[in-house]
Amino acid sequence: MDQTYIGAPIRRREDLRLLTGRATFTDDIKLPQMLHAAILRSPHAHARITAIDAAQAQAIPGVVAVFTFRDIAALAKPIPVRLYPLPGLEHFLQYPLAQDRVRYVGEAVAVIVAESRYVAEDAMDAMDVTYEPLPAITDVGEALHNQIVIHDEPGTNLAARYTLALGDSEGVFRTAPYTRKATFKVHRHTGNPLETRGLVASYDAGRGEYTVWGPTKVPHFNRAILASFLDISESKIHFIDTDVGGGFGIRGEFYPEDFLIPFAAMTLGRPVKWIEDRLEHLKSANHSRDVLCEVEIAAQRDGTLLGMRAQVYGDMGAYIRTHGGLVPSSTAALLTGPYRIPAYQCTVSCVMTNKMGLGTFRAPGRYESCFIRERLLDMVAADLQIDPVELRFKNFIQPSEMPYTVGQTRPNTPPTVFDSGNYPSALQHALDQIDYASLKPWQGRYQDGKYHGIGLGCFVKNTGQGPFEAARVVVSGVEKIAVYLGITSLGQGHETTMAQICADSLEVPLESFTIFHGSTDLMPFGVGTFGSRGTVMAGNAVHLACQKVRDKALAIAGRYLECDATQLVFRRGQIYRQGAEEQALLGLDDLVRLAGPASPYHLEEPGLEATAYFNSNQLTYSYGAHVAHVAVDPETGQLEVLRYVVVEDIGRCINPLLVHGQAIGAAVQGIGATILEELVYDDHGQLLSGTLLDYALPTSMDVPAIDSIILEEAPSPLNPLGVKGAGEGGIAATGAALANAVSHALAPLGIQVTELPLSPDRIRRWIRERARQSQ
Amino acid sequence: MTPQRSIQLRVNGRTYERTVEVRLTLADFVREELHLTGTHVGCEHGICGACTILFNGEAVRSCLLLAVQADGADLMTVEGLAQGEALHPLQQAFHEHHALQCGFCTPGFLMTACAFLQETSNPTEAQVREAISGNICRCTGYAPIVQAILLASRGG
Repeated sequence: MDQTYIGAPIRRREDLRLLTGRATFTDDIKLPQMLHAAILRSPHAHARITAIDAAQAQAIPGVVAVFTFRDIAALAKPIPVRLYPLPGLEHFLQYPLAQDRVRYVGEAVAVIVAESRYVAEDAMDAMDVTYEPLPAITDVGEALHNQIVIHDEPGTNLAARYTLALGDSEGVFRTAPYTRKATFKVHRHTGNPLETRGLVASYDAGRGEYTVWGPTKVPHFNRAILASFLDISESKIHFIDTDVGGGFGIRGEFYPEDFLIPFAAMTLGRPVKWIEDRLEHLKSANHSRDVLCEVEIAAQRDGTLLGMRAQVYGDMGAYIRTHGGLVPSSTAALLTGPYRIPAYQCTVSCVMTNKMGLGTFRAPGRYESCFIRERLLDMVAADLQIDPVELRFKNFIQPSEMPYTVGQTRPNTPPTVFDSGNYPSALQHALDQIDYASLKPWQGRYQDGKYHGIGLGCFVKNTGQGPFEAARVVVSGVEKIAVYLGITSLGQGHETTMAQICADSLEVPLESFTIFHGSTDLMPFGVGTFGSRGTVMAGNAVHLACQKVRDKALAIAGRYLECDATQLVFRRGQIYRQGAEEQALLGLDDLVRLAGPASPYHLEEPGLEATAYFNSNQLTYSYGAHVAHVAVDPETGQLEVLRYVVVEDIGRCINPLLVHGQAIGAAVQGIGATILEELVYDDHGQLLSGTLLDYALPTSMDVPAIDSIILEEAPSPLNPLGVKGAGEGGIAATGAALANAVSHALAPLGIQVTELPLSPDRIRRWIRERARQSQ
Repeated sequence: MTPQRSIQLRVNGRTYERTVEVRLTLADFVREELHLTGTHVGCEHGICGACTILFNGEAVRSCLLLAVQADGADLMTVEGLAQGEALHPLQQAFHEHHALQCGFCTPGFLMTACAFLQETSNPTEAQVREAISGNICRCTGYAPIVQAILLASRGG
């Protein structure tokens, strides 16, 4: 292949419209006669609704309708689980509106539709809802006592529980020369994309068709749910994605509004727009993380790891969301990480509380498991007086052991198999980059009023989940090639990376391609954009579609030239005779004509076009290491990140500009999440961090420059391009590396971090508590 | 009906006269009345900076102002940056440095940087970081934005 668009730092094709204000986000859609919706939400964490009086609201000029549960009762169903449908979770699903009871602050109680958003908000103030408050539960331990039961029918707050075991944990822990136990808590926080959620829905009563803008991430799945609610054919629903202001796991799952807004449009016969405000977002868009883990590890005195066993509790909130048990399950599934740990046993419990439901945030379960495991390893290293780095090198799964079968770490799924990787090399790159040898003497050093610490964390992360993704490539002439994707984009840059893959596959210039994505009408089937699967699944689908176009072009050329296609070659978008590549016999324009439906040379399916599906039932595992150098001010509890290195091996990099961009962006998200962010509920279930003043996102002043290293040492053997997913490795070990760094920094004060976030108030509290204990 | 008032103002060099509800925010006015949807609303409480525009040359949060407060003002939004098809040096630098991913915060950063560079011709990295500290980006980690603004400050 002459061209190498793959691997080149191509500037993005998406940028121009975004830089000039000509992009179209959901709130930029304006339709004639459009109405505006606002959602009335519960102010109580747990209460009975005894009456809803909408009369005053409806009397306000400009108010068109108020919908409550009674209005949707005939159509509404519980919102189903998309992933990790553990047995038992089905009893805890949410209806789009509360019926006679609310279970978290922010639960939707009514939809108000008006001529403007301003009037809709006036009407919200005029709504009269009578609540009878009930006691609320905000703590997992308390929830398990079942003294207050959040859902009457199952009669328990334990929604699901399972145990998986690999190897002989009991035997290992009975005989191990060294064991260590600890309990870790990962705080509740979430993705907070800068664009909040939003939907525009219109209903064509004459044709009985719905068009919905805004549900971007898993549109085909969401369309199927909406079709089942409305009891119509999926083909009558058209989902169109707009430009999207970030996803990070939270956006695009089927939320109550994904039914309510199309329902309102259908009922009223006018388009309806709903744009979530930030306060709603913080209380009613998926929260994430929030796991508690009791874990025990067994090792030889030389540091060789023997076994691990864990109890993982997920605080699922008041309803099971579309992610089912994913967050605690994924925490447990990869808890052993990139290390050889022969015996592993885990029990996962999904526990209900009066909080917003739990969904995914970038590297769900992996951020959590990295923090738990890597913290524990540093404790082991300290106990056994081994350098933390040495402990990891001693226990890494080696490249020669690949592919490495961990065993079944998730219920009802095939065993976890690491497809390829050089884990020691990734850590070595990180150590070299930060110059660990020179920094090591700084561990725990007190200088200029600050304690210094260096911490590391290693990760392995499943990416490229199947089962399939599709692409269609349609050639209509030289530099006129359309590529249709089944996946959507939430800001990742697919219009650039997919064009790079196509350009190399067909050996024609990048400018030849226009990438179309984000309409369920383009491709009949699609899975979605999540879990670092876009490039692995859709990237390979476009590659395969281009290969099919090449084969088709050769076959048609063979017919036309009356020779065997094997005597011909397809190069640079043209047909040559084997061994005579100085003169092209046919160009793309000729091939398009010969492939057309009116041509006698076309094959069974006319057109120089092909649809390809890339199917996969195996995951591909990216991996890497983070190293942080921090300084902690013991007077203020302020944590300063001085250096931060992220190393990630993604098998093969399509566009280093974009991959570094995602790695650095993810690392900053993780640093912010670890130091600043927390969704805090009080004992009554009131959300205290409901604005961006209380929920602090990282700014340019809070984060250092990040060193990002992308490795391509271990291409995936599972797909033709050899790629693994990028985008989540940068966040996976942020909690781990920072918590280890802080623990090393504050070791002279006797502090070992076991909970997040590493906020100044917490660090100060730990210092005060230790000082009190040692008095 | 809430009270209304007539206002006249210039936006991106063009004069507009409109009658608006006095409670209409400037961000909503620009987006809904003038159809300049490049200005984005991310938090509606003055933290994220996505709605930043220039108000008589000064960077302001249009979600915290009312449209009636802009009576007689000269505004610039992101749509006013490029000269025809020629990108503003900041826009070009953002493109070169991959200083945007989802692009939702980008107009706010561009307008903040535009006002900043008019006051500070040869800034240091620390000055740039401080200047954009009132704008939130969830995608890039800020480093490429800082680099892009530094590049633009040196004339691209």
